Amino acid sequence: MKIIVCIKQVPDTTEVRINPETNTLVREGVASIINPFDMYAIEEAVQLKEKFGAETIVITMGPPQADSALREALSMGIDQAILLSDRAFAGSDTWATSYVLSRAIEKIGNFDLVICGKQASDGDTAQVGPGIATHINLPQATYVRKVDNVDLEKKVIRLERLLEEGYEIIEVSMPLLMTVVKEINTPRLPSLRGKMRARSQAITTWTHKDLDLKEESLGLKGSPTQVVKIFTPPPREKGMILEGEPEAVVDKLVGELKKHLI
Amino acid sequence: MSDSIKVIVEKCIGCGLCVKVCPFSAITITNKKAIIDLTKCNLCGACKDACKFQAIAIFKPQMAKKDFSSYKDVWVFVESERGKISGVSFELLGKARELAADLHSKVVAVFLGKDIKAKAQTLISKGADKVILVDKPELENFISENYANVISHLIKKYKPEIFLAGATTAGRSLVSRIAVTIYTGLTADCTGLHIDKEKRLLVQTRPAFGGNIMAQIISPNYRPQMSTVRHKVMQEASEDTKRKGEIIEEIIEGSFIDGRVKFIEFIQEEISKVNLSDADIIVSGGRGIADSKNFKLIEELAQTLGGAVGASRATVDSGWISYSHQVGQTGRTVAPKIYIACGISGQIQHLVGMQSSKIIVAINKDPDAPIFKVANYGIVGDLFTVIPLLIKKFKETKK
Repeated sequence: MKIIVCIKQVPDTTEVRINPETNTLVREGVASIINPFDMYAIEEAVQLKEKFGAETIVITMGPPQADSALREALSMGIDQAILLSDRAFAGSDTWATSYVLSRAIEKIGNFDLVICGKQASDGDTAQVGPGIATHINLPQATYVRKVDNVDLEKKVIRLERLLEEGYEIIEVSMPLLMTVVKEINTPRLPSLRGKMRARSQAITTWTHKDLDLKEESLGLKGSPTQVVKIFTPPPREKGMILEGEPEAVVDKLVGELKKHLI
Repeated sequence: MSDSIKVIVEKCIGCGLCVKVCPFSAITITNKKAIIDLTKCNLCGACKDACKFQAIAIFKPQMAKKDFSSYKDVWVFVESERGKISGVSFELLGKARELAADLHSKVVAVFLGKDIKAKAQTLISKGADKVILVDKPELENFISENYANVISHLIKKYKPEIFLAGATTAGRSLVSRIAVTIYTGLTADCTGLHIDKEKRLLVQTRPAFGGNIMAQIISPNYRPQMSTVRHKVMQEASEDTKRKGEIIEEIIEGSFIDGRVKFIEFIQEEISKVNLSDADIIVSGGRGIADSKNFKLIEELAQTLGGAVGASRATVDSGWISYSHQVGQTGRTVAPKIYIACGISGQIQHLVGMQSSKIIVAINKDPDAPIFKVANYGIVGDLFTVIPLLIKKFKETKK
């Protein structure tokens, strides 16, 4: 089996604070991490490799600093890493991002499974996974919470997808793309040996010249959507702390809530 | 490639206004001049708008003006769950009516499924002028490949100006496939939509960074303009059973059905009788409930209020309740009318999943818990005293 994992480096939200004076995000000194959902994608690839034997490759599109995210994936047990980095990719929306990733996946070629996290914690769109699948004409399974069975002979994989009111079981023929939710596994901590290997391993970088890409479909130019304005939402109204004897406090709260329930 | 953003050094006085507004911390002032770190810059333009000296230029690609006059109408994707039309679809019809009024165009519901003809009138009663119906046994279960193939075909045929779908698991799985197939712009998870009448454009507002910043997005050079919209944000139009509309039945070929994905079965989750993203009221438990069996108390309050049960990450990770209840960054994002957080401290990862709720109630022992900063009503106290009282009082007021 050959498995490709797509990851994204994002700012660590746990460290994001709002400057109360300017009401803007404070991002100075905020560490970059692997998108939390992508950790489950990496872990799933490594588990499938341990179970069925597989060649695993991680790719990301981003600035040169995204190298550290790739090394973390290597330290968890992924075999190879490729960085897609080029000024021409800057300003890409989900259409253009999934386009570049799909071309890189096609260049790697001969794969059975592409795994992505269900969405990134900075953009929250959940669009890139299905976007990649469509660019390559792959079937997709989104919100996967469990891989029930992999039939390598028939090239069929049986999966459980987490939906709003329960879950559904589907069978998809390989190659396919799946996006995963947290429930699927518990990402491992990198081993010392993994860390050592990741530190010294060479990482391949591909620019737009290495990929079969139409220049008019890249970056800002290739992105159908344009951000016209970014602003911070108005802060929430100052709340009311209800104090006093529990009975009286609860009475007051019930009274207040009833106003909103009508 | 020429650089897409530039500081015009002669005009820049190094005032630092741009540094403050940059959501990506991409700008620094060195020797009284702004310097933009292109590896961090997202070309959002916040700095350009803030600069009082027109010292920042962004080179947006100039596109030849395309003629979009043949694109009209506002389409709504009708989602159904096991035969029942989802609430979000009715909310979208309500919003589509407003948008269509501004554009002097029509609202069209796109309805796919098996044996669905009888339900088409409901869509008209709730705001659709037309219903495009594809009734086919193979479309009984939602399989994104099949739905995307059929809808992409319909979009090419009818050319809608705007296309809306719910930001649900189905909507999000479907619409990205369509946008890539058609090559058009898609904005996920919108909380606001309005028409710029002068430019005849859909302006889409959406949260990013877990709601810490908001972005306005347009798609001027591509049609249709596609958005997925959050549940519970838009208002349903009131039902008018006398409303008249047109029902168009489309017959599609078998080649639109992708044989690579097979639906096997759906398993309803026993405790999630009330769907989290559908609920008007959510009662959530956190570490403060101290033990898995105390979720009973949370459930009882939720039941009394007709709401759903949510949970913090800590309780899910401890195995007290299943993951499908988790609210927050690695769980679900919810925005009910009332969110009652019981024994939840309010870490940022939890807040990003619920801070758009209309009313937030926090019950926590610790007066310094961050949850009180976002709460409209806070009770500093023992939840084991407060919740039973709440249950009692709400039951009394019901009588």
